[in-house]
Amino acid sequence: MEEITVSQNQTVGSVMVVGGGVAGMQSALDLANSGYFVYLLENSGAIGGAMAQLDKTFPTNDCAM
Amino acid sequence: MDVKGSEGDFSVTVKESPRYVDMDKCIACGECAIKCPKKVTDEYNAGTGKRKAIYVKYSQAVPLKYQIDPDNCIYLNKPGRCGACEKVCPAGAINFDDKEKIHEINVGSIIMAPGFQAFNPSEANIWGYGKYPNVITTMQLERYCSATGPTEGHLIRPSDGKPARKVAFLQCIGSRDENKCGNGYCSSVCCMYAIKEAVIAKDHAPGLETSIFFMDMRTHGKDFDRYYEKAKQDSGVRFIRSRIHGVEPVNAEGDLRVHYINEDGRQIEEFYDMVVLSVGLETPKEVVNLADNLGIAMTSGNFAQTSNFLPVLTSKPGIFTCGAFAGPKDIPQSVMEGSAAAAGAAQLLSNSRGSLTQQQTFPQERDISNEETAVGVFVCHCGSNIAGVVDVENVAAYAETLPGVVYVERNLFSCSQDTQDQMAKRIREKGLNRIVVAACTPRTHEPLFRETLKEAGINEYLFEMANIRNQNSWVHGAEPKKATQKAKDLIRMAVAKVLPQKPLYQLSVDVNQTALVIGGGLAGMTSALNLADQGYPVHLVEKTDQLCGFAKRLDRTWQGEDIQPQLAQLTQRIDEHHNITLHMEAEVSAVEGFIGNFKTTVQKKDGATVTIDHGAGVIATGGKRYRPVTEYGYGKLKGVYTGIEFDVARRVGDKNTKSVKSVVFIQCVGSRQTDRLYCSKVCCTHSIATAIKLKREDPSRQIYILYRDIRSYGEREALYKKAREMGVLFINYELYGAPEVKQDAEHGLRVKVMDHVLHRPVSIQADAVVLAEAILANPDAKKIGTLFKLPVDGDGFFQEAHAKLRPVDFATEGLFVAGLAHYPKPVEESISQAMAAAARAATVLSKQSINLEAIKAEVVKENCDGCALCIDVCPYHAISLTESTNEEGITSKRVTVNKAKCKGCGLCQGTCPKRGINVAGFTLDQIREQVVAALEV
Repeated sequence: MEEITVSQNQTVGSVMVVGGGVAGMQSALDLANSGYFVYLLENSGAIGGAMAQLDKTFPTNDCAM
Repeated sequence: MDVKGSEGDFSVTVKESPRYVDMDKCIACGECAIKCPKKVTDEYNAGTGKRKAIYVKYSQAVPLKYQIDPDNCIYLNKPGRCGACEKVCPAGAINFDDKEKIHEINVGSIIMAPGFQAFNPSEANIWGYGKYPNVITTMQLERYCSATGPTEGHLIRPSDGKPARKVAFLQCIGSRDENKCGNGYCSSVCCMYAIKEAVIAKDHAPGLETSIFFMDMRTHGKDFDRYYEKAKQDSGVRFIRSRIHGVEPVNAEGDLRVHYINEDGRQIEEFYDMVVLSVGLETPKEVVNLADNLGIAMTSGNFAQTSNFLPVLTSKPGIFTCGAFAGPKDIPQSVMEGSAAAAGAAQLLSNSRGSLTQQQTFPQERDISNEETAVGVFVCHCGSNIAGVVDVENVAAYAETLPGVVYVERNLFSCSQDTQDQMAKRIREKGLNRIVVAACTPRTHEPLFRETLKEAGINEYLFEMANIRNQNSWVHGAEPKKATQKAKDLIRMAVAKVLPQKPLYQLSVDVNQTALVIGGGLAGMTSALNLADQGYPVHLVEKTDQLCGFAKRLDRTWQGEDIQPQLAQLTQRIDEHHNITLHMEAEVSAVEGFIGNFKTTVQKKDGATVTIDHGAGVIATGGKRYRPVTEYGYGKLKGVYTGIEFDVARRVGDKNTKSVKSVVFIQCVGSRQTDRLYCSKVCCTHSIATAIKLKREDPSRQIYILYRDIRSYGEREALYKKAREMGVLFINYELYGAPEVKQDAEHGLRVKVMDHVLHRPVSIQADAVVLAEAILANPDAKKIGTLFKLPVDGDGFFQEAHAKLRPVDFATEGLFVAGLAHYPKPVEESISQAMAAAARAATVLSKQSINLEAIKAEVVKENCDGCALCIDVCPYHAISLTESTNEEGITSKRVTVNKAKCKGCGLCQGTCPKRGINVAGFTLDQIREQVVAALEV
């Protein structure tokens, strides 16, 4: 059975996040806020991904920005 | 991008494309884009509008820096032919010689979040997209409805600019369709977004009629079904169960004709102003290639393959996934997975936590207590944004005359890096001790200027912003004189408010780096193990005498993975883990404290209590299954089972369930009814998977699934297809024509149901009837909610802080939710959410102390008489009433504020009739000064 375990070897304390949409941003923030250095890669000129194109979101009708 | 190495130590080669704009110099004034002569189709507006060859992606982009599109820039393609942007840029930020850069980056783990692209319907060539202007995609409709879109939120027909009156939404464009697009899977999100758009579009065009043509309405998320019902009943959105295979033009104005067959089997023709295609999600080709290069296994639908037990780990150890890369999914699920992937990486790399992070340092803060107040005012031109309307020189000259002001300066862009440095220099040189920046909004820029004050060595709260752009030059462009006067008023008010401002200090609270997890089911066990592996001590509290919760009854995940061995392995790891303390047969009896410092008392079955100190907590108290009362003959007729009972009977080798020749599944038993208006999310897939098993064992079996909407979302759709291919019969029923189950005259049971395709009642002989039972909230949730002061929704599930963006957080900081306690969900989503909760908890637990914002309520002791009105209005439960006795033996009552819980919202200050409570930074004195200044002229 597969599992994620703590690496027994000395590891590098940084993580690369590929993609700056809502999922990637959340990963990057959580890691940066818990002691890891994060490299966030985005292939366009700004982060935000597809969510930034949405007008409003369910259920609060909040502006997606 | 190229990757070498293995988990824990990867070396990644990354190519950085040239931007041709120096990010340090660009001040985003937009002069370049005004002058740029080249217009290009705007991707951000989904092709509905134009941008320039030099552009920002959208007005709130981060980073807010321009970039040049090298494919369309005239200069880059023919040097010497243009270069207009370089000439007008006031910051000298244009760099046509910018080159591609290659970076070698060493990381311990990689998280793939490359996202999706919307299906392009022009390829299929049948809906007239790209041919008829009034056929648009849902992404384009989002842009039409947006205030920042091409029509500033006016819903007009692209063909003639007339307001739209009648709009049809066609579902499953690029999804559930192997013939026209090759995407057999369901995109999971389109039903819900189409409903949202159909409702919201009505706000943009009064009198608008919207119709949605669909196959199955897949509103399986939290509160989605309620929204669906409201759309039908309150908003008047029309829903038609029919798949549309073509759109035809009617006339030159752009009207469109849609043919369909209605539920009575009649051919109907309808006319629409606009047809909106609900496009599905797919993985872009370049992402498929990237996955291939990295050796990440993909599914047949081109999504990253994952195990249901490790939903955020790709086939490559050390490379995680989140978002639509591993299957189409909505925003909350993507956010959850974002946190879950972070948890996976943190688990793997726990031995190097903190090894590469850096702390920002600031100079020693100057003591200003004996200084005369010396206000510095910085007036921003914001390029021409402010200076184009407001007479800034006049405003600056006026600011010099204000009491307390000793220095005034104008800046082209106050937020640019060089101005920041200069501002810090001026503060030191001139001995300034109160700062006013008259520029844009504090919402985006206050943190930046506060940082500048810290750099200059003064307290960051000795600061005020006057918004002379958003609330002035932008809205009064036609009246420059009045705008100039208003700018003066705003600055006068800001100066008046900052004068009495005192230095404020952030409260530092120690964090107890221990976690508490309540609930020892699959979610709780997953959270506990992840945190324990990350190196935090964990207390796991379970009410019963065994772990595994609901999952104990489950057989296999939808992908066919065996659940019981996985549970056995988790149980063993928990038993053996040196960081986990297990409290079995124990329940929470009391809770106090706040983020970083909770004290939770747990009572054992024998009455003994333990008090646990912890910094964060995960609530994973699970759910329970619905037991039908007497529906469908349950409990009366032999051969009527619930889904789980049927599984259990088959697992233990029960003869009756083994020998069945004809089985009828009835869906939505207890779900999607008036008193329980939600979808239990797992039952459609579960019944289909069972049906396939039954057919595999004996293909001659007759299997029927009576359903309302088949909700095999995402790649589960393949199971639905397979079941149909194997001959499982699916019969759609509506609530008003629900099936009836009776004893058959001769043998077994008889099920009667109204078939909507045949338009006549169908009668089926059945050896077994399996009721797909709902998942209910844990009845204990209310009690636990009361103890922790956490909200529970109308269905009894815990209410997260924000449905979209904070799906595992509670509004109360330091507490998180996971699993069925939040909403019914399958194994893999429970595990994702549990890992996400662990990641969110780790953002608290990884710190020895946390700083809390200094803007907090303070009690004015001499004014507070303990009337306690403020206690009722405080949304954060931060205020309490205390009694004290003075030296003369007189007892008095007074409120006290728990600074760790207070958010500085000011409701208490507004409520207090005695001036007994003040919010630091917004005291009544300061606001009075501000009001006096406003009325001074």
